[in-house]
Amino acid sequence: MIRLPLALFFSAILFSAGVYGVLARRNAVLVLMSIELMLNAVNVNLVAFAQRLRDLNGQIFALFVIAVAAAEVGIGLAIVILIYRNRETINVDEVNLLKW
Amino acid sequence: MVAAETVHPDAGFAGLAWIVALLPFVSAALTLFLGRRSPGKGSIYGIAALAAGLVLSLGVLGHFARSGPTAESSLEWFRIGALRMELGQYVDGLTAVMLVVVTTVSLCVHVYSLGYMHGDKRFTWFYVVLSLFTGAMLNVVIANNLFQLLVGWEVMGVCSYLLIGHWWEEHANSSAAIKAFITTRVGDIPFLFGIFALVYATGVRTSNIPQITEMAAKGHISTGWLTVAALLLFGGTIGKSAQFPLHVWLPDAMAGPTPVSALIHAATMVAAGVYLVGRMFEVFLKADPWVLTFVSTIAAITMLIAALLAMIQDDIKRVLAYSTVSQLAYMVAGLSLGEAGYTAGLFHLFTHAFFKALLFLGAGSVIHAVHTNNMSEMGGLKRFMPVTFWTFAIGSASLAGIPPFAGFWSKDEIISTAFHQGKYALWAVAALTAIITAFYMMRAMLLTFYGAYRGHGSPHESSGVVTGPLIALAALSCVVGFLNATAFNISAFTDWVHIGAVEHEPFNYGFAALSVLGALLGLGAGYGLYARWRDREPLRALGPGYTLLEHKYYLDDAYWYGIVRPIRDTVSAAVYWTNQYILDGVVNGAAWLARRVAGGVNEFDRNVVDGAVNGVGRTAGFTGGLLRYVQSGNVQRYAAFLFTGVIIAAIVVTRI
Amino acid sequence: MTAQEWVFVVLAAIGALAAFRLVTTTNVVHGALYLVVTLAMVGGAYLLLAAEFVAWVQVLIYVGAIVILFLFGLMLTKAPIGRAALDNQQRGVAFVIGVLMLGGLVYLIQAAFPWDAGERIAPVAGSGSTGAVGESLFRGYVLPFEAVSFLLLAALIGAIVLSRKDDRPR
Repeated sequence: MIRLPLALFFSAILFSAGVYGVLARRNAVLVLMSIELMLNAVNVNLVAFAQRLRDLNGQIFALFVIAVAAAEVGIGLAIVILIYRNRETINVDEVNLLKW
Repeated sequence: MVAAETVHPDAGFAGLAWIVALLPFVSAALTLFLGRRSPGKGSIYGIAALAAGLVLSLGVLGHFARSGPTAESSLEWFRIGALRMELGQYVDGLTAVMLVVVTTVSLCVHVYSLGYMHGDKRFTWFYVVLSLFTGAMLNVVIANNLFQLLVGWEVMGVCSYLLIGHWWEEHANSSAAIKAFITTRVGDIPFLFGIFALVYATGVRTSNIPQITEMAAKGHISTGWLTVAALLLFGGTIGKSAQFPLHVWLPDAMAGPTPVSALIHAATMVAAGVYLVGRMFEVFLKADPWVLTFVSTIAAITMLIAALLAMIQDDIKRVLAYSTVSQLAYMVAGLSLGEAGYTAGLFHLFTHAFFKALLFLGAGSVIHAVHTNNMSEMGGLKRFMPVTFWTFAIGSASLAGIPPFAGFWSKDEIISTAFHQGKYALWAVAALTAIITAFYMMRAMLLTFYGAYRGHGSPHESSGVVTGPLIALAALSCVVGFLNATAFNISAFTDWVHIGAVEHEPFNYGFAALSVLGALLGLGAGYGLYARWRDREPLRALGPGYTLLEHKYYLDDAYWYGIVRPIRDTVSAAVYWTNQYILDGVVNGAAWLARRVAGGVNEFDRNVVDGAVNGVGRTAGFTGGLLRYVQSGNVQRYAAFLFTGVIIAAIVVTRI
Repeated sequence: MTAQEWVFVVLAAIGALAAFRLVTTTNVVHGALYLVVTLAMVGGAYLLLAAEFVAWVQVLIYVGAIVILFLFGLMLTKAPIGRAALDNQQRGVAFVIGVLMLGGLVYLIQAAFPWDAGERIAPVAGSGSTGAVGESLFRGYVLPFEAVSFLLLAALIGAIVLSRKDDRPR
């Protein structure tokens, strides 16, 4: 017997924190971590509604999200390491070759 | 065009008169376009046309000899109200006679020019204008309405100008041509207004000559209008027929080739003025009587002053020119005697055409042989050029009025009619002039053909094409007088050309004897003075009189300083100035304005229009330049924008 | 407020706090550890919501593998320490955006599911069991399942290729 808004608030807080982290952090790894936060928030949302609506699809979706998140982190970190190799830094705001 | 055939029945040959007038125009066109490549370098067309024309003219004359009726036919061009503008012919006895005169003399001149103008660099053009002139004169003769007559009149003026100035490389020749044209023009203006007056007087209903003369004869036109019209028409005659005071152009016109002088300034164009009076005679008759008095006064003055001038000329052509002026005055004088003198005046025109043309062509033959016009360099040519001499002699005798030559019959008729009409003043002047005429012709003959040769060339008789016409005309001069030889009761000419009732005056032998005596007196005086050439011109003994004659009564000077110079230096200069600065100024000003406007438009286009276009481009570039700062390269910056957009979108969507 | 709710609130609070610390800490390693806490709390929430399989997968994959990956990444890239080193210039803007985001979401949730409306999740035991999930997965979602397998394979190969040392002769 959990009130639905509770779970949704939890999801909202996590998501907002993740947004802040994506926008405000310099280290690329930290940004990736913030992205993971956001993904988790979404998962919470999905699972909460899956239970509320007695539909298993939500949980399946959440599983897929986890899998894709894993793949994404792998590739993302590989890229971060490459950047570190080429530029000696992984500060996101120092990687701005597309600047005007 | 609407054909309005009003041919009288049995018009026969008379109805074909228009062909005679058309042929020379056709030959002129042919000569113009095909002349260079044709045999005889184009002369063949003119000669052929005139030969055919002569035959037809004789046919027309024969028609009237058989007492045929007059013929009239015309093509209507258009109408203005009731006034009918037409192209037509009116053929009566006078027309027939004139046709014969013009075609005969023109044919002789065409043949003569083969020899005289041989090798001239504008030979073909000469024949073109010659044919054109003949066509115009014939048109004047057959015209049935005043406007058509005027057209022919003016074309003749132009042809005269072209022909006098045939050798225009010499400035004197072109000046003479202009003088002739302008002077006759001065006479043409009153003529034009005379036509207007007549047409108006008919209530603007007709310009048809037979209709107008009929209306005048029946009194449908008021005397006032007839007087005005007659005076104005006579203005044209004064100009064209070289009467005082517009006679000054004829002597100078001798600058043209001699065939031209023979055709135009002896036999045809100058006769057109007399013909005009004859044609419109009813108008003159029914006008106020002092018109005819005025006409005879002018004639008398002209007669005498011209004869006096002819006495002292050195140039043989000028002698003949002044003689022509004087004889034209005779014709006008004859006509001024009214109904009685009508036939006489026109008969003199008929005979004069032949012997004057003969004299001119003879003079031309002489000039061609000795390469000079001046009689002071001639002399003793009788033995070198016998044919020329004899034909010239016949012509001179005719001019002097020696029977049985043509001139005697016609001149005597005028003088006797003047006496019988009671115009004693005119009679006296005419008689005196006859004596002077004989005098100067004798002088010319003696100076040219007798004595020792004073020149430097080697004169010889001219070729057949030159002497042929001379002989033909000499023969005619002998014969045509008899057409109206009242002594033998022959009055053929009177039958053809008369007005009112035909009066056959009996031949007055006494009068004839007087005329012959006068002529012999003149001849004797001439012989006495000139039989032996003297180094000094004997007439110089006249002293100041001679100087007056030498300067042509200072008339030319009067015209030059009184009329030409003031107009040229003031009016013409003013007109020229107006044209150059005001009219051209307007045009140039318009151009300048257009250029300025164009410059302004260019500036506008460049700065405003192009500026706008460029401005748009620059603005786009500027905006882009500002906008590019958005691309900071910082991914998190982009993410910030993204999330902001998401929030805004969410708000908007849920609000809606 | 049932007992489950209280437990959920506790878990959620700890998770939220850890998440907050994650995005504000100056020490990256601490951040990774905070991440672990958050992920664990989320796993606990799954358990409370009777989604056993998902909870298990969460802990296994996220906490077990992904965090390790992060730690290795941090290690290999010599992550620096310090506020200036870790937070960039648009902190203020990011904070505003985060607050706005939170506010918006809370408002939406409140508007759609008011607190007193009585929307309750009544988790049924066994509804998220492995068997149930497996059955659903291999029945209806076989194709996506295979696709994700490919995806993981591609990611694996890609990661290896990307991070290889470049030994081509220059």
